Amino acid sequence: MTHLPFIAIAYVLGIGVPLCFAIDALRRTRAATRRLAAIDPRAERRGRG
Amino acid sequence: MDTEIVGQSPRGRSLHRFANPGRFLRLSGAVLPWLSVGALITVSFGLGWGLFFSPADYQQGDAVRIIYVHVPAAWLASAGYLSLAICSVLSLVWRHPLADLAAMEIGPVGAGFTAVCLATGSLWGKPMWGAWWVWDARLTSVLVLFFLYLGHIALVRAFDDPTRGHRAGAILALVGAVNLPIIKFSVDWWNTLHQPASINFTSAPSMAPSMLWPLLISAVGFTLVFAAIVVARTRAAVMERRIRGLLMARAAQAEA
Repeated sequence: MTHLPFIAIAYVLGIGVPLCFAIDALRRTRAATRRLAAIDPRAERRGRG
Repeated sequence: MDTEIVGQSPRGRSLHRFANPGRFLRLSGAVLPWLSVGALITVSFGLGWGLFFSPADYQQGDAVRIIYVHVPAAWLASAGYLSLAICSVLSLVWRHPLADLAAMEIGPVGAGFTAVCLATGSLWGKPMWGAWWVWDARLTSVLVLFFLYLGHIALVRAFDDPTRGHRAGAILALVGAVNLPIIKFSVDWWNTLHQPASINFTSAPSMAPSMLWPLLISAVGFTLVFAAIVVARTRAAVMERRIRGLLMARAAQAEA
């Protein structure tokens, strides 16, 4: 395969950048879900019911 | 908990019905897993086909395989900014409650894809043109798009009052949308080193089907990836806004 380093870096960037965004979104969603479950009064009521 | 919007057109009412944060969380929670799986399968198939099974170009050799990352990233750089501008219209005209949050979350993702477009273009340009960068109309207008994204990201976060930040960001996004046709037609209006479009609506594509199909599948896959990331980030932003609201209400209660 010609120009392999250029191709490899392009694919690493093309896969890596969206992957970083996806991991960050997952981390934020999990943290927000946990925090919301801890402080949301409606979640507390649902838990007691 | 749906709010009745009185005195608005049916279109305005339906927009606000859809913008209800609780409904958005329910709907996006159901759609997001399917969207993510579809995105993963499509982008893997498109990139795998492009990297291992599509033919090399008779002039460019295997370097042409960068097209399967570069072109979808370029398309999403522009499409992402267009969606930012649409969210800005929804925010400024209809005060759409989710449009501000969606615009805020589209900005970094669009900037990321624009950076990938610029970097992969540079990686393709070096072996083909002999230069990492040229001040060509297409390259320069995409660089301006990248700075517009960065400006939007900074502006919406620059105010203590988030509403003012969203308003200023929306105006910047709408003004910056004038750059989109410049990017699209730069290769036709000026003599550029960048090649003209191989795919357009008015004529048959100038690419062999063995390269065109993996390119189209990669473009669809990356579009689904972009959509899934934006939906996931907007879900997180809705929940974070609710957390801030609850904490502020508690603090106000404690003070009183």
